[in-house]
Amino acid sequence: MSMFHSVKRFLLIDIIKGMALTLSYMFRRRVTINYPFEKGPIGPRFRGEHALRRYPNGEERCIACKLCEAICPAQAITIEAEPREDGSRRTTRYDIDMIKCIYCGLCQEACPVDAIVEGPNFEYATLTREELYYNKDKLLANGDRWEPEIAANLAKEAPYR
Amino acid sequence: MLCFLYSRIRFSVTRNTHAIIEDTSLLMPKLKINDIELEVAPGTSVLQACEQLGIEVPRFCYHDKLSVPANCRMCLVEVEKTPKPQASCALPCGEGMVVKTNTPVVTRARKNVMEMLLINHPLDCPICDQGGECDLQDQAVAYGFDRGRYAEAKRAVKDKELGPLVKTVMTRCIHCTRCVRFADEIAGMPELGAFGRSEHMEIGTYIEKAVSSELSGNLVDVCPVGALTNKPYAFEARPWELSKTETIDVLDAVGSNIRVDARGQEVMRVLPRLHEDVNEEWINDKTRYACDGLKRQRLDKPYIRDVDGKLKPANWGEAFAAIARQIKGLPGEAIAAIAGNLADAESMFALKQLMQYLKSPNMDCRQDGALYDVSQRAGYTFNTTISGIEKADVILLVGTNPRLEASLINARIRKRWLRGGLKVGVISEQADLTYPTKYLGANPLVLDEVLQGRNAFCDLLKNAKNPMIIVGAGALARKDGLFIQYRVRKIAETYNMVRDGWNGFNVLQTSAARVAGLDMSFVPGQNGKSTNDIIAAAQNGKIGLLYLLGADEIDTSKLGSTFVVYQGHHGDAGANRADVILPGSAYTEKNALYMNTEGRLQSTRRAVFPPGEAKEDWQIIRALSEVLGQALPYDTLAQLRQKMVQSHALFARLDHVEPAPWNSFARDGVLDPAPLQSSISNFYQTDVISRSSPTMAACVETFLKSSVAEAAE
Repeated sequence: MSMFHSVKRFLLIDIIKGMALTLSYMFRRRVTINYPFEKGPIGPRFRGEHALRRYPNGEERCIACKLCEAICPAQAITIEAEPREDGSRRTTRYDIDMIKCIYCGLCQEACPVDAIVEGPNFEYATLTREELYYNKDKLLANGDRWEPEIAANLAKEAPYR
Repeated sequence: MLCFLYSRIRFSVTRNTHAIIEDTSLLMPKLKINDIELEVAPGTSVLQACEQLGIEVPRFCYHDKLSVPANCRMCLVEVEKTPKPQASCALPCGEGMVVKTNTPVVTRARKNVMEMLLINHPLDCPICDQGGECDLQDQAVAYGFDRGRYAEAKRAVKDKELGPLVKTVMTRCIHCTRCVRFADEIAGMPELGAFGRSEHMEIGTYIEKAVSSELSGNLVDVCPVGALTNKPYAFEARPWELSKTETIDVLDAVGSNIRVDARGQEVMRVLPRLHEDVNEEWINDKTRYACDGLKRQRLDKPYIRDVDGKLKPANWGEAFAAIARQIKGLPGEAIAAIAGNLADAESMFALKQLMQYLKSPNMDCRQDGALYDVSQRAGYTFNTTISGIEKADVILLVGTNPRLEASLINARIRKRWLRGGLKVGVISEQADLTYPTKYLGANPLVLDEVLQGRNAFCDLLKNAKNPMIIVGAGALARKDGLFIQYRVRKIAETYNMVRDGWNGFNVLQTSAARVAGLDMSFVPGQNGKSTNDIIAAAQNGKIGLLYLLGADEIDTSKLGSTFVVYQGHHGDAGANRADVILPGSAYTEKNALYMNTEGRLQSTRRAVFPPGEAKEDWQIIRALSEVLGQALPYDTLAQLRQKMVQSHALFARLDHVEPAPWNSFARDGVLDPAPLQSSISNFYQTDVISRSSPTMAACVETFLKSSVAEAAE
């Protein structure tokens, strides 16, 4: 070991350098967040919890074309349909097994009327599996709850579609 | 363009324009298609020639079985030395023709025609039931332009009401007129037409009315787009979700080849399958639409009637034990069995063997009580065969209405009539058979007139090349059925209807089980009782146990206090009266053999499993035989079939009609002057399945009750 290295060690140069770096972070912007109270930003293409949307007049968008059911690679979607009283084509059952779902987003790409979408919500962890078998009511409720965010995301994405 | 279409449609009225010219003196034209040389029969269209080579030519209006209007223009091809692309479906092959189907001109022509067709076609594929199996959709992808340039308003057309079977969305119509031609030519109900012209052209009935044909369901199949769709099946499923099973129909004795589409354990719809010798590519409405009856009124577990007279659910062991208790100590003569109209060959064979073990001669597969001579196979089958009808030139119908009893045989007769030169005589009640007939009266004594040459129709029969006589099951089920059969045989022999290569004697059965039952002699043995005798004996308390194998069309109120075992799949008359119910399976739930009225052996295939605890029918009889200590000597269906073939060689070959040898049968006797009539008055409800079907009930409401009301006015 040379003289130079001995002096450097004696004077704790490396330690001071390290501490200085640490100290410098005290003055920089924080990168961690206090998760449940603070949230990171997500993009408009984020594929979170599913929702079934409605038209502004309250009519459900889904027309039971079953394209999402057909495209779903995990076969997580189950649809049954029949003519509604007014003769229009509607689902009587629209189930998504959120455990099977792989969140690929193909369902929302297949949808011709933007009815099924994957919204920005990702905080829907549950204590039981059963709660993750979503039915039509749950999905429509999701749609009603997240409509402003979903509509904003779709508007942002519109130029690229 | 639409104006042009209209003028084309006027031409389409000329019948049967695509029939191949049968004059062989013409040379076979030789032509070149895409540099492949081939020789075709004279009269073959270029489109047909392309098909022979396996070259795909897109088309909408052209259909193998219909006339050629050439109005969709999708099948354009380039022919050398012609200035413009030609419609290949209406262009007969000529000597030395050079045809090209893969040039840029053809591609562009197709693209432009496609764009024109799509101008007024709505973009509603996601809510259209045709989506996924739509000719327009497929061809738009294959041959169309990849974007639309049409920005103007699309036209909208008011939907037509065509009754409870066919749903219309007329905005989707592309005016191919296949439905008009089908209704005109095949179904014989010229109620559909195209009216208005150019942009305003519409397809519809001239006055708002339901299409009253028993073949109307085929309109859905011929429509290349979603303008005409299956109404009861509306929005229920998509074609890609369905598992398809190729099977046969058993709701009449034609044995139409069908495809059963099921989703999970539910039969969603029934479609026809091509079989040129049986149903061509049509099926009747009962076959197509009665499938919703398979979900209702089903027997899904065994039942036993308890002391207070109520049917209580039981398990298989208890049900068999109850039968065994009843059968213990009964002599063979006190046991009887009747097989119904939907019974399959295997279960009848097993039941017959079981009855033999029980030493009972009392069994019958003719629940209509018919007593005509069944010792000769030619005496109860449709000997001419269905495709043979096309060679006939005179047909005499006796006590039958083929339109109701076997719609597709009626369609064949009509097809033959369309070619010209067919005369049809009717000895039965008067009915519209969709082709003109000579009405000879309903009195059975007319048969004697014909036999003795005293009737005006005799000259026609005498001069006919290939005369046919068709006697209905209704006529033969009368008390004097044996004598009617005798006279019909005599007429057949007198007018040279039976000779080498031609047998014009035909019995039109109405029950899918009948020919198989008679072929294996599921009829009373020595000193055995026939259906009517069994019922009479049951009423007098002489029958200790009556086994009904799906027999519902007998008078169950007249069975006295007999212990009745009912094996079947629907809760109908038989199950209502039964003391023990053994749940069996319907024709979509088992692999089973059926013999159609021609004597053609065909097999059903399992599309779904029987509901609940229900089992396949032969297995039930096999299991019961074991409980009775008389185990039948087979454990699998294959073993059973092997045994069946050993006893009855006719059950060896599928889809084959063995010409029956001609021998004397039936005997003379005094006829009852009561008028002859068809055995079926209500086409829509003839069996347990169609009686359970809400769609069939709706048809009765629309077609039968309304016509009665009209007649009353």
